[in-house]
Amino acid sequence: MGIYLPIAEMSVNLFVLLAMGAAVGFLSGMFGVGGGFLITPLLIFYNIPPAIAVATGANQVVASSFSGALSHMKKRTIDFKLGTVLLAGGVLGSTIGIYVFTLLRAVGQLDLFISLLYVILLGVVGGLMLVESVRALRRARDGAAPTLKKSGQHNWIHRLPLKMRFRASKLFVSVIPVIGIGAGIGFLSAIMGVGGGFIMVPALIYLLKVPTNVVVGTSLFQIIFVSAFTTIVHASTNYTVDVVLAFMLMIGGVAGAQYGAKAGQRLRGEQLRALLALLVLAVALRLGFDLFVRPNSIYSLATPGY
Amino acid sequence: MARAATAALLLILAAAAPVAAQEALEGLTPLSSEPLQQNTGREAIQIGLSTNRVEITADFSGADLTIFGSVENVDPQIARQGRYDVVVVLEGPAREVVVRRKDRVLGMWINMASESFINVPMSYSVATTRMPQDITDAASYKRLSLGADNLHIEPLDREGNPVTIEDFRTALRDRKAAAGLFNMRVGGVEFLSQSLFRASLPLSPSVPVGTHKARAFLFKNGVFIGESSDYLTIVKAGFEQSIYRFSSNHGFAYGILATALAVLTGWLGRVVFRKD
Repeated sequence: MGIYLPIAEMSVNLFVLLAMGAAVGFLSGMFGVGGGFLITPLLIFYNIPPAIAVATGANQVVASSFSGALSHMKKRTIDFKLGTVLLAGGVLGSTIGIYVFTLLRAVGQLDLFISLLYVILLGVVGGLMLVESVRALRRARDGAAPTLKKSGQHNWIHRLPLKMRFRASKLFVSVIPVIGIGAGIGFLSAIMGVGGGFIMVPALIYLLKVPTNVVVGTSLFQIIFVSAFTTIVHASTNYTVDVVLAFMLMIGGVAGAQYGAKAGQRLRGEQLRALLALLVLAVALRLGFDLFVRPNSIYSLATPGY
Repeated sequence: MARAATAALLLILAAAAPVAAQEALEGLTPLSSEPLQQNTGREAIQIGLSTNRVEITADFSGADLTIFGSVENVDPQIARQGRYDVVVVLEGPAREVVVRRKDRVLGMWINMASESFINVPMSYSVATTRMPQDITDAASYKRLSLGADNLHIEPLDREGNPVTIEDFRTALRDRKAAAGLFNMRVGGVEFLSQSLFRASLPLSPSVPVGTHKARAFLFKNGVFIGESSDYLTIVKAGFEQSIYRFSSNHGFAYGILATALAVLTGWLGRVVFRKD
Protein backbone atom coordinates (compact mmCIF):
# COMPACT_ATOMS: atom_id res chain seq x y z
CA MET A 1 0.00 0.00 0.00
CA GLY A 2 1.48 3.30 -1.07
CA ILE A 3 1.57 6.35 1.11
CA TYR A 4 2.64 9.79 0.00
CA LEU A 5 5.14 11.67 2.11
CA PRO A 6 4.29 15.39 1.89
CA ILE A 7 7.73 16.76 2.75
CA ALA A 8 9.92 14.16 1.06
CA GLU A 9 7.47 14.44 -1.88
CA MET A 10 7.55 10.79 -2.76
CA SER A 11 5.42 7.70 -2.50
CA VAL A 12 6.62 4.89 -0.29
CA ASN A 13 5.22 1.59 0.88
CA LEU A 14 3.36 1.89 4.17
CA PHE A 15 4.21 -1.64 5.29
CA VAL A 16 7.90 -1.20 4.60
CA LEU A 17 7.89 1.85 6.90
CA LEU A 18 5.94 0.08 9.64
CA ALA A 19 8.21 -2.95 9.40
CA MET A 20 11.29 -0.74 9.45
CA GLY A 21 10.00 1.07 12.54
CA ALA A 22 9.05 -2.20 14.24
CA ALA A 23 12.38 -3.88 13.49
CA VAL A 24 14.40 -0.93 14.75
CA GLY A 25 12.03 -0.52 17.71
CA PHE A 26 12.48 -4.20 18.59
CA LEU A 27 16.27 -3.87 18.45
CA SER A 28 16.19 -0.64 20.42
CA GLY A 29 14.05 -2.20 23.12
CA MET A 30 16.30 -5.25 23.18
CA PHE A 31 19.56 -3.34 23.45
CA GLY A 32 18.26 -0.30 25.32
CA VAL A 33 19.26 2.13 22.58
CA GLY A 34 17.12 4.79 20.92
CA GLY A 35 17.44 3.38 17.42
CA GLY A 36 17.93 6.72 15.69
CA PHE A 37 21.33 5.60 14.44
CA LEU A 38 19.64 2.72 12.61
CA ILE A 39 16.53 4.55 11.42
CA THR A 40 18.36 7.35 9.59
CA PRO A 41 20.66 5.09 7.50
CA LEU A 42 17.73 2.78 6.72
CA LEU A 43 15.73 5.76 5.46
CA ILE A 44 18.70 6.84 3.34
CA PHE A 45 18.93 3.29 1.90
CA TYR A 46 15.22 3.64 1.12
CA ASN A 47 16.03 6.71 -1.02
CA ILE A 48 14.64 9.28 1.40
CA PRO A 49 16.78 12.44 0.98
CA PRO A 50 19.37 12.48 3.82
CA ALA A 51 18.31 15.93 5.06
CA ILE A 52 14.75 14.66 5.56
CA ALA A 53 15.89 11.32 6.97
CA VAL A 54 17.90 13.14 9.66
CA ALA A 55 15.23 15.64 10.76
CA THR A 56 12.50 12.99 10.66
CA GLY A 57 14.74 10.60 12.57
CA ALA A 58 15.02 13.20 15.34
CA ASN A 59 11.23 13.42 15.47
CA GLN A 60 10.94 9.64 15.74
CA VAL A 61 13.53 9.58 18.53
CA VAL A 62 11.24 11.85 20.62
CA ALA A 63 8.61 9.11 20.61
CA SER A 64 10.93 6.22 21.37
CA SER A 65 12.86 8.05 24.09
CA PHE A 66 9.67 9.30 25.75
CA SER A 67 8.27 5.80 25.72
CA GLY A 68 11.50 4.46 27.21
CA ALA A 69 11.84 7.24 29.79
CA LEU A 70 8.34 6.52 31.12
CA SER A 71 9.35 3.09 32.32
CA HIS A 72 12.51 4.49 33.94
CA MET A 73 10.42 7.19 35.62
CA LYS A 74 8.33 4.46 37.19
CA LYS A 75 11.46 2.65 38.36
CA ARG A 76 12.92 5.97 39.60
CA THR A 77 16.13 5.46 37.67
CA ILE A 78 16.48 9.00 36.31
CA ASP A 79 18.85 11.60 37.73
CA PHE A 80 16.84 14.71 36.83
CA LYS A 81 19.52 17.16 37.92
CA LEU A 82 22.23 15.49 35.86
CA GLY A 83 19.81 15.18 32.97
CA THR A 84 19.01 18.89 33.10
CA VAL A 85 22.66 19.93 33.03
CA LEU A 86 23.28 17.53 30.11
CA LEU A 87 20.23 19.04 28.46
CA ALA A 88 21.61 22.57 28.73
CA GLY A 89 24.70 21.38 26.88
CA GLY A 90 22.53 19.46 24.44
CA VAL A 91 20.53 22.52 23.43
CA LEU A 92 23.76 24.43 22.86
CA GLY A 93 25.27 21.62 20.78
CA SER A 94 22.07 21.13 18.79
CA THR A 95 21.92 24.84 17.94
CA ILE A 96 25.47 24.72 16.59
CA GLY A 97 24.66 21.47 14.79
CA ILE A 98 21.66 22.94 13.01
CA TYR A 99 23.70 25.95 11.95
CA VAL A 100 26.35 23.63 10.49
CA PHE A 101 23.63 21.49 8.88
CA THR A 102 22.10 24.50 7.10
CA LEU A 103 25.53 25.69 5.99
CA LEU A 104 26.54 22.27 4.62
CA ARG A 105 23.22 21.98 2.83
CA ALA A 106 23.77 25.32 1.13
CA VAL A 107 27.18 24.28 -0.20
CA GLY A 108 26.01 20.81 -1.26
CA GLN A 109 28.13 18.80 1.18
CA LEU A 110 25.43 17.74 3.62
CA ASP A 111 24.85 14.25 2.24
CA LEU A 112 28.56 13.51 2.25
CA PHE A 113 29.00 14.83 5.78
CA ILE A 114 26.09 12.77 7.12
CA SER A 115 27.44 9.61 5.47
CA LEU A 116 30.98 10.22 6.70
CA LEU A 117 29.86 10.91 10.28
CA TYR A 118 27.78 7.73 10.26
CA VAL A 119 30.58 5.64 8.80
CA ILE A 120 33.08 6.92 11.36
CA LEU A 121 30.84 6.80 14.41
CA LEU A 122 29.14 3.51 13.62
CA GLY A 123 32.46 2.01 12.61
CA VAL A 124 34.17 3.05 15.86
CA VAL A 125 31.25 2.20 18.16
CA GLY A 126 30.53 -1.08 16.33
CA GLY A 127 34.19 -2.05 16.34
CA LEU A 128 34.68 -1.31 20.03
CA MET A 129 31.51 -3.14 20.95
CA LEU A 130 32.52 -6.15 18.91
CA VAL A 131 35.98 -6.33 20.48
CA GLU A 132 34.54 -5.88 23.96
CA SER A 133 31.79 -8.47 23.53
CA VAL A 134 34.11 -11.03 21.94
CA ARG A 135 36.45 -10.59 24.91
CA ALA A 136 33.54 -11.02 27.29
CA LEU A 137 32.42 -14.15 25.45
CA ARG A 138 35.96 -15.58 25.67
CA ARG A 139 36.13 -14.80 29.37
CA ALA A 140 32.78 -16.46 29.93
CA ARG A 141 34.02 -19.54 28.07
CA ASP A 142 37.28 -19.59 30.06
CA GLY A 143 35.29 -19.21 33.25
CA ALA A 144 37.11 -16.08 34.43
CA ALA A 145 35.20 -13.46 36.38
CA PRO A 146 34.41 -10.29 34.45
CA THR A 147 36.52 -7.33 35.55
CA LEU A 148 34.34 -4.26 35.43
CA LYS A 149 35.78 -0.93 36.43
CA LYS A 150 34.30 0.21 39.70
CA SER A 151 32.53 3.55 39.84
CA GLY A 152 34.07 6.09 42.15
CA GLN A 153 37.49 5.86 40.54
CA HIS A 154 38.97 9.25 39.84
CA ASN A 155 40.60 10.62 36.69
CA TRP A 156 41.53 14.03 35.27
CA ILE A 157 37.86 14.91 34.73
CA HIS A 158 37.36 14.95 38.48
CA ARG A 159 39.98 17.65 38.92
CA LEU A 160 38.08 20.25 36.80
CA PRO A 161 36.55 23.29 38.56
CA LEU A 162 32.83 24.30 38.89
CA LYS A 163 31.88 21.19 40.78
CA MET A 164 28.28 20.26 41.34
CA ARG A 165 26.66 17.56 43.43
CA PHE A 166 24.32 15.07 41.75
CA ARG A 167 22.62 13.19 44.54
CA ALA A 168 20.78 10.51 42.58
CA SER A 169 24.03 9.53 40.84
CA LYS A 170 26.11 9.91 44.00
CA LEU A 171 28.45 12.17 42.04
CA PHE A 172 30.40 15.31 42.84
CA VAL A 173 31.79 16.43 39.53
CA SER A 174 32.58 19.54 37.47
CA VAL A 175 29.75 20.72 35.18
CA ILE A 176 32.24 21.33 32.32
CA PRO A 177 32.48 17.70 31.12
CA VAL A 178 28.75 17.22 31.71
CA ILE A 179 27.85 20.17 29.50
CA GLY A 180 30.57 19.11 27.04
CA ILE A 181 29.14 15.61 26.66
CA GLY A 182 25.64 17.07 26.32
CA ALA A 183 26.80 19.55 23.68
CA GLY A 184 28.68 16.93 21.65
CA ILE A 185 25.67 14.67 21.56
CA GLY A 186 23.30 17.57 20.82
CA PHE A 187 25.50 18.39 17.82
CA LEU A 188 25.29 14.80 16.57
CA SER A 189 21.57 14.77 17.17
CA ALA A 190 21.10 17.78 14.88
CA ILE A 191 23.31 16.46 12.09
CA MET A 192 22.68 12.72 12.30
CA GLY A 193 19.12 12.56 13.59
CA VAL A 194 20.16 10.31 16.45
CA GLY A 195 19.31 10.54 20.11
CA GLY A 196 22.93 9.72 20.87
CA GLY A 197 22.25 7.17 23.59
CA PHE A 198 24.83 4.84 22.09
CA ILE A 199 27.51 7.45 22.83
CA MET A 200 25.91 9.04 25.88
CA VAL A 201 25.68 5.79 27.86
CA PRO A 202 29.35 4.80 27.55
CA ALA A 203 30.42 8.44 28.06
CA LEU A 204 28.47 8.71 31.29
CA ILE A 205 29.73 5.36 32.56
CA TYR A 206 33.39 5.61 31.61
CA LEU A 207 34.06 9.35 31.76
CA LEU A 208 31.81 10.53 34.57
CA LYS A 209 31.48 7.21 36.44
CA VAL A 210 27.71 7.56 36.68
CA PRO A 211 26.22 4.44 38.28
CA THR A 212 24.90 2.14 35.56
CA ASN A 213 21.40 1.91 37.05
CA VAL A 214 20.61 5.58 36.39
CA VAL A 215 22.58 5.95 33.15
CA VAL A 216 19.99 4.75 30.64
CA GLY A 217 17.07 6.58 32.25
CA THR A 218 18.99 9.85 32.55
CA SER A 219 20.23 9.55 28.99
CA LEU A 220 16.70 8.93 27.72
CA PHE A 221 15.34 11.83 29.77
CA GLN A 222 17.71 14.31 28.20
CA ILE A 223 17.33 12.77 24.71
CA ILE A 224 13.58 13.52 24.77
CA PHE A 225 14.25 17.22 25.13
CA VAL A 226 17.27 17.50 22.86
CA SER A 227 15.56 15.63 20.03
CA ALA A 228 12.36 17.64 20.55
CA PHE A 229 14.41 20.83 20.33
CA THR A 230 16.21 19.50 17.23
CA THR A 231 12.89 18.57 15.60
CA ILE A 232 11.38 22.00 16.21
CA VAL A 233 14.42 23.90 14.97
CA HIS A 234 14.78 21.68 11.87
CA ALA A 235 11.08 22.18 11.16
CA SER A 236 11.35 25.95 11.40
CA THR A 237 14.67 26.47 9.59
CA ASN A 238 15.15 23.63 7.10
CA TYR A 239 11.53 22.41 6.64
CA THR A 240 12.81 18.85 6.57
CA VAL A 241 10.61 17.12 9.17
CA ASP A 242 8.19 14.75 7.46
CA VAL A 243 5.51 14.14 10.05
CA VAL A 244 3.77 11.40 8.04
CA LEU A 245 7.02 9.48 7.70
CA ALA A 246 7.88 10.03 11.36
CA PHE A 247 4.45 8.85 12.51
CA MET A 248 4.68 5.57 10.58
CA LEU A 249 8.11 4.90 12.09
CA MET A 250 6.90 5.80 15.58
CA ILE A 251 3.95 3.41 15.46
CA GLY A 252 6.17 0.54 14.40
CA GLY A 253 8.89 1.70 16.78
CA VAL A 254 6.97 1.99 20.05
CA ALA A 255 5.28 -1.36 19.47
CA GLY A 256 8.52 -3.08 18.56
CA ALA A 257 10.40 -1.55 21.52
CA GLN A 258 8.13 -3.08 24.15
CA TYR A 259 8.47 -6.57 22.66
CA GLY A 260 12.19 -6.07 22.13
CA ALA A 261 12.70 -5.19 25.80
CA LYS A 262 10.96 -8.41 26.77
CA ALA A 263 13.03 -10.47 24.34
CA GLY A 264 16.22 -8.78 25.53
CA GLN A 265 15.72 -10.04 29.06
CA ARG A 266 15.93 -13.63 27.90
CA LEU A 267 19.14 -13.34 25.90
CA ARG A 268 22.69 -13.24 27.20
CA GLY A 269 24.27 -9.78 27.31
CA GLU A 270 27.53 -10.55 25.50
CA GLN A 271 25.91 -12.38 22.61
CA LEU A 272 23.37 -9.59 22.32
CA ARG A 273 26.08 -6.96 22.20
CA ALA A 274 28.10 -8.91 19.65
CA LEU A 275 25.02 -9.12 17.44
CA LEU A 276 24.33 -5.40 17.77
CA ALA A 277 27.98 -4.66 17.02
CA LEU A 278 27.82 -6.72 13.81
CA LEU A 279 24.63 -4.93 12.80
CA VAL A 280 26.15 -1.52 13.44
CA LEU A 281 29.25 -2.45 11.45
CA ALA A 282 27.13 -3.71 8.56
CA VAL A 283 25.26 -0.39 8.38
CA ALA A 284 28.57 1.51 8.48
CA LEU A 285 30.02 -0.64 5.68
CA ARG A 286 26.98 -0.21 3.48
CA LEU A 287 27.03 3.60 3.92
CA GLY A 288 30.76 3.69 3.31
CA PHE A 289 30.43 1.52 0.20
CA ASP A 290 28.04 4.04 -1.39
CA LEU A 291 30.64 6.78 -1.06
CA PHE A 292 33.10 4.86 -3.22
CA VAL A 293 30.78 3.62 -5.94
CA ARG A 294 30.57 5.78 -9.03
CA PRO A 295 27.10 7.39 -9.03
CA ASN A 296 24.74 6.97 -12.00
CA SER A 297 25.28 10.57 -12.91
CA ILE A 298 28.07 12.65 -11.51
CA TYR A 299 25.88 15.73 -11.92
CA SER A 300 23.03 16.68 -9.63
CA LEU A 301 20.62 19.59 -9.51
CA ALA A 302 19.57 21.61 -6.50
CA THR A 303 17.22 24.52 -6.12
CA PRO A 304 18.47 26.92 -3.47
CA GLY A 305 15.96 27.75 -0.80
CA TYR A 306 13.60 24.86 -1.53
CA MET B 1 -23.73 32.00 -38.51
CA ALA B 2 -20.31 30.87 -39.51
CA ARG B 3 -19.13 31.37 -35.93
CA ALA B 4 -21.91 29.19 -34.56
CA ALA B 5 -21.06 26.49 -37.03
CA THR B 6 -17.44 26.52 -35.95
CA ALA B 7 -18.36 26.31 -32.31
CA ALA B 8 -20.59 23.32 -32.98
CA LEU B 9 -17.90 21.60 -34.99
CA LEU B 10 -15.46 22.19 -32.24
CA LEU B 11 -17.66 20.59 -29.59
CA ILE B 12 -18.17 17.53 -31.72
CA LEU B 13 -14.49 17.19 -32.28
CA ALA B 14 -13.71 17.63 -28.64
CA ALA B 15 -16.20 14.91 -27.75
CA ALA B 16 -14.89 12.60 -30.40
CA ALA B 17 -11.30 13.00 -29.33
CA PRO B 18 -9.93 9.82 -27.80
CA VAL B 19 -9.59 9.85 -24.05
CA ALA B 20 -6.04 10.50 -22.91
CA ALA B 21 -4.37 7.25 -21.96
CA GLN B 22 -3.34 8.03 -18.41
CA GLU B 23 -5.45 10.66 -16.77
CA ALA B 24 -7.18 13.33 -18.82
CA LEU B 25 -7.18 16.75 -17.29
CA GLU B 26 -10.52 18.31 -17.91
CA GLY B 27 -11.51 21.77 -18.83
CA LEU B 28 -8.90 22.59 -21.39
CA THR B 29 -10.89 23.53 -24.44
CA PRO B 30 -10.50 26.27 -27.02
CA LEU B 31 -11.39 29.73 -25.90
CA SER B 32 -12.60 30.93 -29.23
CA SER B 33 -11.91 30.62 -32.86
CA GLU B 34 -12.55 33.06 -35.60
CA PRO B 35 -14.81 32.06 -38.47
CA LEU B 36 -13.06 30.21 -41.22
CA GLN B 37 -12.37 32.45 -44.12
CA GLN B 38 -10.90 31.84 -47.50
CA ASN B 39 -7.41 33.25 -47.79
CA THR B 40 -8.15 36.71 -46.54
CA GLY B 41 -5.05 37.90 -44.78
CA ARG B 42 -2.27 36.20 -42.95
CA GLU B 43 -2.56 33.02 -40.91
CA ALA B 44 -2.65 33.30 -37.14
CA ILE B 45 -2.64 30.80 -34.33
CA GLN B 46 -4.88 30.75 -31.28
CA ILE B 47 -4.83 28.60 -28.20
CA GLY B 48 -7.05 29.05 -25.22
CA LEU B 49 -7.53 27.39 -21.92
CA SER B 50 -11.01 27.37 -20.50
CA THR B 51 -9.53 27.03 -17.06
CA ASN B 52 -6.35 28.65 -15.86
CA ARG B 53 -6.03 26.49 -12.80
CA VAL B 54 -5.36 22.78 -12.67
CA GLU B 55 -5.42 20.90 -9.37
CA ILE B 56 -3.38 17.78 -9.00
CA THR B 57 -3.52 15.53 -5.99
CA ALA B 58 -0.51 14.71 -3.87
CA ASP B 59 -0.19 11.19 -5.28
CA PHE B 60 -0.24 12.54 -8.84
CA SER B 61 1.53 10.01 -11.01
CA GLY B 62 1.76 11.95 -14.24
CA ALA B 63 -0.89 12.82 -16.81
CA ASP B 64 -1.43 14.17 -20.27
CA LEU B 65 -2.41 17.79 -20.58
CA THR B 66 -4.51 18.45 -23.63
CA ILE B 67 -4.62 21.88 -25.24
CA PHE B 68 -6.87 22.70 -28.19
CA GLY B 69 -6.15 25.46 -30.63
CA SER B 70 -6.93 26.71 -34.08
CA VAL B 71 -5.18 28.22 -37.05
CA GLU B 72 -6.99 31.13 -38.63
CA ASN B 73 -7.04 32.11 -42.29
CA VAL B 74 -5.93 28.67 -43.35
CA ASP B 75 -4.92 28.25 -46.96
CA PRO B 76 -6.76 25.01 -47.79
CA GLN B 77 -4.22 23.99 -50.37
CA ILE B 78 -1.28 24.23 -48.01
CA ALA B 79 -3.30 22.53 -45.31
CA ARG B 80 -4.08 19.65 -47.66
CA GLN B 81 -0.40 19.26 -48.39
CA GLY B 82 0.22 19.15 -44.65
CA ARG B 83 2.64 22.01 -44.72
CA TYR B 84 1.30 23.75 -41.64
CA ASP B 85 3.17 22.75 -38.52
CA VAL B 86 2.48 23.55 -34.91
CA VAL B 87 4.81 23.32 -31.92
CA VAL B 88 3.26 23.65 -28.47
CA VAL B 89 5.40 24.30 -25.42
CA LEU B 90 4.49 24.23 -21.76
CA GLU B 91 7.09 26.06 -19.73
CA GLY B 92 7.15 25.74 -15.95
CA PRO B 93 7.97 28.48 -13.44
CA ALA B 94 11.56 29.71 -13.51
CA ARG B 95 13.94 29.33 -10.57
CA GLU B 96 17.62 29.42 -9.83
CA VAL B 97 19.25 26.01 -10.21
CA VAL B 98 22.62 24.86 -8.90
CA VAL B 99 24.31 22.12 -10.91
CA ARG B 100 26.92 20.18 -8.95
CA ARG B 101 29.50 17.78 -10.25
CA LYS B 102 30.95 14.93 -8.23
CA ASP B 103 34.60 14.16 -8.56
CA ARG B 104 36.71 11.44 -7.09
CA VAL B 105 38.58 12.56 -3.98
CA LEU B 106 40.48 9.90 -2.01
CA GLY B 107 38.35 7.33 -3.77
CA MET B 108 35.08 8.94 -2.71
CA TRP B 109 32.64 10.67 -5.00
CA ILE B 110 32.24 14.16 -3.60
CA ASN B 111 30.44 17.24 -4.90
CA MET B 112 33.23 19.53 -6.03
CA ALA B 113 32.55 22.02 -8.83
CA SER B 114 29.20 23.77 -9.16
CA GLU B 115 27.59 26.31 -11.42
CA SER B 116 24.43 28.32 -10.80
CA PHE B 117 21.94 29.22 -13.49
CA ILE B 118 19.19 31.77 -13.12
CA ASN B 119 15.62 31.72 -14.41
CA VAL B 120 15.73 28.08 -15.43
CA PRO B 121 12.25 26.75 -16.22
CA MET B 122 11.55 23.94 -13.77
CA SER B 123 9.87 22.00 -16.55
CA TYR B 124 9.75 22.28 -20.31
CA SER B 125 7.47 20.09 -22.40
CA VAL B 126 7.28 20.23 -26.17
CA ALA B 127 4.76 18.67 -28.51
CA THR B 128 5.16 18.88 -32.28
CA THR B 129 3.32 17.81 -35.40
CA ARG B 130 6.41 16.18 -36.90
CA MET B 131 10.07 15.54 -36.26
CA PRO B 132 11.49 18.93 -35.30
CA GLN B 133 14.07 18.92 -38.11
CA ASP B 134 11.24 18.45 -40.63
CA ILE B 135 9.39 21.53 -39.41
CA THR B 136 12.00 24.23 -39.74
CA ASP B 137 15.77 24.68 -39.61
CA ALA B 138 18.02 24.91 -36.60
CA ALA B 139 18.53 28.64 -37.03
CA SER B 140 14.81 29.34 -36.66
CA TYR B 141 14.61 27.25 -33.50
CA LYS B 142 17.55 29.13 -32.13
CA ARG B 143 16.05 32.51 -32.99
CA LEU B 144 12.78 31.55 -31.30
CA SER B 145 14.60 29.92 -28.32
CA LEU B 146 12.37 26.98 -29.04
CA GLY B 147 13.13 23.52 -27.71
CA ALA B 148 15.04 22.44 -24.62
CA ASP B 149 18.35 22.59 -26.48
CA ASN B 150 17.78 26.16 -27.61
CA LEU B 151 16.43 27.37 -24.32
CA HIS B 152 18.47 30.26 -23.09
CA ILE B 153 19.94 29.16 -19.76
CA GLU B 154 21.85 31.99 -18.23
CA PRO B 155 24.68 31.43 -15.74
CA LEU B 156 24.70 33.47 -12.55
CA ASP B 157 28.38 34.16 -13.07
CA ARG B 158 28.68 35.47 -16.63
CA GLU B 159 32.44 35.82 -16.39
CA GLY B 160 32.93 32.09 -15.81
CA ASN B 161 34.80 29.75 -18.12
CA PRO B 162 32.48 29.30 -21.15
CA VAL B 163 33.53 25.68 -21.66
CA THR B 164 32.73 24.72 -18.07
CA ILE B 165 29.47 26.62 -18.21
CA GLU B 166 28.49 24.78 -21.38
CA ASP B 167 29.33 21.43 -19.73
CA PHE B 168 27.14 22.23 -16.75
CA ARG B 169 24.38 23.58 -18.99
CA THR B 170 24.36 20.32 -20.94
CA ALA B 171 24.31 18.40 -17.65
CA LEU B 172 21.36 20.51 -16.46
CA ARG B 173 19.35 19.63 -19.58
CA ASP B 174 20.38 16.01 -19.27
CA ARG B 175 19.33 15.78 -15.60
CA LYS B 176 16.05 17.57 -16.29
CA ALA B 177 15.36 15.17 -19.15
CA ALA B 178 16.25 12.19 -16.96
CA ALA B 179 13.75 13.42 -14.36
CA GLY B 180 11.10 13.69 -17.10
CA LEU B 181 10.85 17.43 -16.62
CA PHE B 182 12.29 18.36 -20.00
CA ASN B 183 10.54 16.27 -22.60
CA MET B 184 9.44 16.25 -26.19
CA ARG B 185 6.59 14.41 -27.86
CA VAL B 186 6.91 14.20 -31.61
CA GLY B 187 3.44 13.84 -33.08
CA GLY B 188 1.94 15.26 -29.89
CA VAL B 189 0.14 17.88 -31.95
CA GLU B 190 -2.49 16.59 -34.31
CA PHE B 191 -4.66 18.48 -36.76
CA LEU B 192 -8.26 17.51 -36.23
CA SER B 193 -9.40 19.49 -39.25
CA GLN B 194 -7.74 21.99 -41.54
CA SER B 195 -7.77 24.61 -38.82
CA LEU B 196 -8.21 22.85 -35.51
CA PHE B 197 -5.45 21.08 -33.65
CA ARG B 198 -5.03 19.25 -30.42
CA ALA B 199 -1.77 19.15 -28.47
CA SER B 200 -1.14 16.62 -25.76
CA LEU B 201 1.78 17.24 -23.45
CA PRO B 202 3.07 14.88 -20.79
CA LEU B 203 3.05 16.24 -17.24
CA SER B 204 5.71 14.54 -15.14
CA PRO B 205 4.79 13.21 -11.66
CA SER B 206 7.15 15.82 -10.24
CA VAL B 207 5.67 18.67 -12.30
CA PRO B 208 6.40 21.88 -10.39
CA VAL B 209 3.49 23.80 -8.97
CA GLY B 210 3.12 27.40 -10.02
CA THR B 211 2.38 29.35 -13.15
CA HIS B 212 3.10 27.58 -16.41
CA LYS B 213 3.13 29.31 -19.74
CA ALA B 214 1.64 27.51 -22.72
CA ARG B 215 2.84 28.74 -26.10
CA ALA B 216 1.93 27.56 -29.56
CA PHE B 217 4.11 28.32 -32.61
CA LEU B 218 2.79 28.11 -36.15
CA PHE B 219 5.03 27.30 -39.10
CA LYS B 220 4.03 27.35 -42.77
CA ASN B 221 6.39 25.71 -45.24
CA GLY B 222 9.09 25.89 -42.60
CA VAL B 223 8.60 29.60 -42.01
CA PHE B 224 7.57 30.91 -38.60
CA ILE B 225 4.21 32.68 -38.89
CA GLY B 226 3.13 33.55 -35.38
CA GLU B 227 2.58 32.41 -31.85
CA SER B 228 -0.08 32.48 -29.18
CA SER B 229 0.26 31.99 -25.45
CA ASP B 230 -1.78 31.52 -22.34
CA TYR B 231 -1.10 30.89 -18.67
CA LEU B 232 -1.97 27.95 -16.55
CA THR B 233 -1.50 27.59 -12.82
CA ILE B 234 -0.85 24.12 -11.44
CA VAL B 235 -1.68 23.71 -7.78
CA LYS B 236 -1.55 20.68 -5.56
CA ALA B 237 -4.60 19.78 -3.52
CA GLY B 238 -5.40 17.30 -0.79
CA PHE B 239 -4.50 16.45 2.78
CA GLU B 240 -0.79 15.88 2.15
CA GLN B 241 -0.57 19.23 0.45
CA SER B 242 -2.17 20.93 3.46
CA ILE B 243 0.56 19.41 5.61
CA TYR B 244 3.18 20.62 3.18
CA ARG B 245 1.78 24.14 3.13
CA PHE B 246 1.49 24.23 6.90
CA SER B 247 5.06 23.03 7.32
CA SER B 248 6.45 25.66 4.98
CA ASN B 249 4.31 28.56 6.22
CA HIS B 250 4.34 27.82 9.95
CA GLY B 251 7.51 25.82 10.49
CA PHE B 252 7.72 26.47 14.21
CA ALA B 253 4.12 25.47 14.97
CA TYR B 254 4.57 22.44 12.70
CA GLY B 255 7.67 21.42 14.68
CA ILE B 256 5.78 21.76 17.97
CA LEU B 257 2.92 19.64 16.63
CA ALA B 258 5.30 17.00 15.27
CA THR B 259 6.94 16.82 18.71
CA ALA B 260 3.60 16.67 20.51
CA LEU B 261 2.51 13.86 18.20
CA ALA B 262 5.73 12.00 19.01
CA VAL B 263 5.20 12.37 22.76
CA LEU B 264 1.59 11.22 22.45
CA THR B 265 2.59 8.22 20.31
CA GLY B 266 5.36 7.34 22.74
CA TRP B 267 2.94 7.44 25.66
CA LEU B 268 0.19 5.52 23.85
CA GLY B 269 2.70 2.94 22.67
CA ARG B 270 3.75 2.36 26.24
CA VAL B 271 0.15 2.07 27.47
CA VAL B 272 -0.98 -0.21 24.65
CA PHE B 273 2.04 -2.45 24.21
CA ARG B 274 3.66 -2.43 27.65
CA LYS B 275 5.28 -5.70 28.51
CA ASP B 276 6.80 -5.02 31.94
